[in-house]
Amino acid sequence: MKARLMQGNEACAEGALAAGVRFFGGYPITPSTEIAEQMAKELPKVGGTFIQMEDEIGGMAVILGASLGGKKVLTATSGPGFSLKQELIGYAAIAEIPAVIVNVQRVGPSTGQPTSPSQGDIMQIRWGTHGDHPMIALAPWTVREAFDVAVMAVNYAERFRTPVIIAMDEVVGHMREKVVLPEANEIEIYPRRKPTATRAEGYQPFTPAEDLVPNVANFGDGYHIHVTGLIHDETGFPSGNAQLTKECTDRWHQKIARVQDEITHYDEFFMDDAEFVVLAYGGTARSAYAGVEAAREKGIKVGMLRLMTIWPFADKIVKKAAAKAKAILVPEMNYGQLVHEVERAAAGQTQVISLPKYNTEIFEPSEICEAIETMAKEASK
Amino acid sequence: MIEIRLSGSGGQGVITAGIILAEAAITEGKEAIQSQSYGPEARGGASKAEVIISEKFIYHPHIIKPDILLAMTQQAAEKYSKENKENTIVIVDEDLVPEPPKCSHLVKVPITRLAKEKLGKDLFANIVALGAIVKATKVVSFETIQKAVAHRVPPAFLEKNMEALRLGYEAIK
Repeated sequence: MKARLMQGNEACAEGALAAGVRFFGGYPITPSTEIAEQMAKELPKVGGTFIQMEDEIGGMAVILGASLGGKKVLTATSGPGFSLKQELIGYAAIAEIPAVIVNVQRVGPSTGQPTSPSQGDIMQIRWGTHGDHPMIALAPWTVREAFDVAVMAVNYAERFRTPVIIAMDEVVGHMREKVVLPEANEIEIYPRRKPTATRAEGYQPFTPAEDLVPNVANFGDGYHIHVTGLIHDETGFPSGNAQLTKECTDRWHQKIARVQDEITHYDEFFMDDAEFVVLAYGGTARSAYAGVEAAREKGIKVGMLRLMTIWPFADKIVKKAAAKAKAILVPEMNYGQLVHEVERAAAGQTQVISLPKYNTEIFEPSEICEAIETMAKEASK
Repeated sequence: MIEIRLSGSGGQGVITAGIILAEAAITEGKEAIQSQSYGPEARGGASKAEVIISEKFIYHPHIIKPDILLAMTQQAAEKYSKENKENTIVIVDEDLVPEPPKCSHLVKVPITRLAKEKLGKDLFANIVALGAIVKATKVVSFETIQKAVAHRVPPAFLEKNMEALRLGYEAIK
C-alpha cells in the first residue's frame, strides 16, 4: 500500500475493521472520538453496524450482546468512560465474551485535562473491574502499530474469549504520521470459535477445549445457550459448587498464563552491552528512545525495553534485564504506576527508578537523557 | 529535520494547514509527523498544530524548538513563541498580531486581509498562510503543496484555494 498520513485513532479503527470487527457501540469522548467517527463512516460500507448508545455503559452492553450474536466487536473510550464500562468488562471475563475496548488515556481523574495526554489508567486497565480475572492489554507506540495492535487485540479476544484492552494514550491516538498499512492478504485473522459437536454428541457450550477456552456457540446458530454472570458449569447454568468456583477461576487465569510468552510483545534497543535500562511504553517510549539515543552519544551504555504487551506483565523479560542492569529507569505519564510492577519483577536484583510526569506535557528527550545521566552518576558512586 | 509550529485560535484552520503540509512532505518521500494541542473549547482559545519533517523516522513527536512559527493571533504569538530559538522564522498575520514577538527573522503578511479582500472570505486564511510558509521555507515545492491542498479541499472550492495558496506564496518576496 501507498504511504499516507494517518492518525493513530484512525489506524486503530482500520486495524479493527481489517481484523473483522463488524459492530461498534459506544459513546464519544475526547481523545478517542475519531475511532467512533471512523467506524461510523466505514462500518456501513462493509455491512457492519455502528450504534451510538445513551452512555458508555450502554456502549459496553451492546457490544457484548452483538458479540454473543456472532459479531466481532469494538468500543472506544477514555478514562471516565472506561470506568463506567468496568462492571460489564467483568461480565465479559466471566461469561467469556470476546470484546475489544480501546482506552485512549487522558489526564484524570474525572474530567481532568480532557485534551491532554496521560498514561494514568494503566492500573485501572488491569484491576478496574472487580474480582479475580486475567487481563490482556496492548499499548501501541506508532500509528502503524495502532493498526497492528488492533488486529492483534481482536484476534486475542476471539481466540481466548476474553475482553482485551488497547491501552492507547492521547499522544499516539491524536498524532498523525507516515504509515504504510499491510495488504489484506498479509493480515492473519483468528475466526470466531465454533462448536465442534452437536448437542446429541454431548456438546456443552462451556466445556473447555484443549487450550482451556470453550467453543461457545453464537446466539442464532441453532444451539440453546445460556449466559450468566454467575459462576456456571459447562452447561452455562449457575452453580454454587465451591470446587467448581475454584476450577473456573483457575481456568480463566490459566488460559492466558499458558500462552503468556507468546503474547508478550516487546522491543529491545541497544541492550547487548547495556549497563542501564530505560523501560517505557506507549507515546512515552518515543521520547524515551530519543533520550536513550542522546545518552548513548554521551557515552553512557544504556539500552531500552519497549513493552507493547502491558498485561499480562512481562515478568520474565524484566527479570532478565534486571539481572544484568545496574539500574532501570521507568518514565511514565502518570504519578508512577507500572514502575511498581517493574520493581516486583526485578525482585531486588537492581535499583528501579521512577520518572513520573503528570503536568499535561509529554517528556522531552532531554529530560530522559538527564535522568539517565543522573542514574549513571549515582551508580558509579 | 525541520520543525514547524502553526498557531492561531480555534476555527482558523491551523490544524488543517498542518495536516496538508505533512501530507505534502510525505508525497515527496519524506517522514512527517503532525500533532496538535487545543483547549476544551469548541471554538476560540489558542490552538496549535505542529509538523516535523525529516529524512529519518521521527521518534519524539513534538517540537522542541521551532524552525518556523506561524502566528495568526496575538494570543497565539505570545503563547507559542516561548520556545523560539535565535533564528526561528516568525510569520505573523500583520493585522491580527500588532505586537509580534522579538525575533531576528520576522515576516509580516496580511494573511486574513488577503483572504477577505481577494477571495471574499477569511476562511481561506489558513491556505494563504500555507503559501507563505512554503515560500519562506521551501520545505516542499510549490507544486507539491498545490497537489496536497487540491487533495484535501472540496472540488467546488478548488479554484479559490489555489488562488489563496498563490496569494500567500507571492506575498513574500
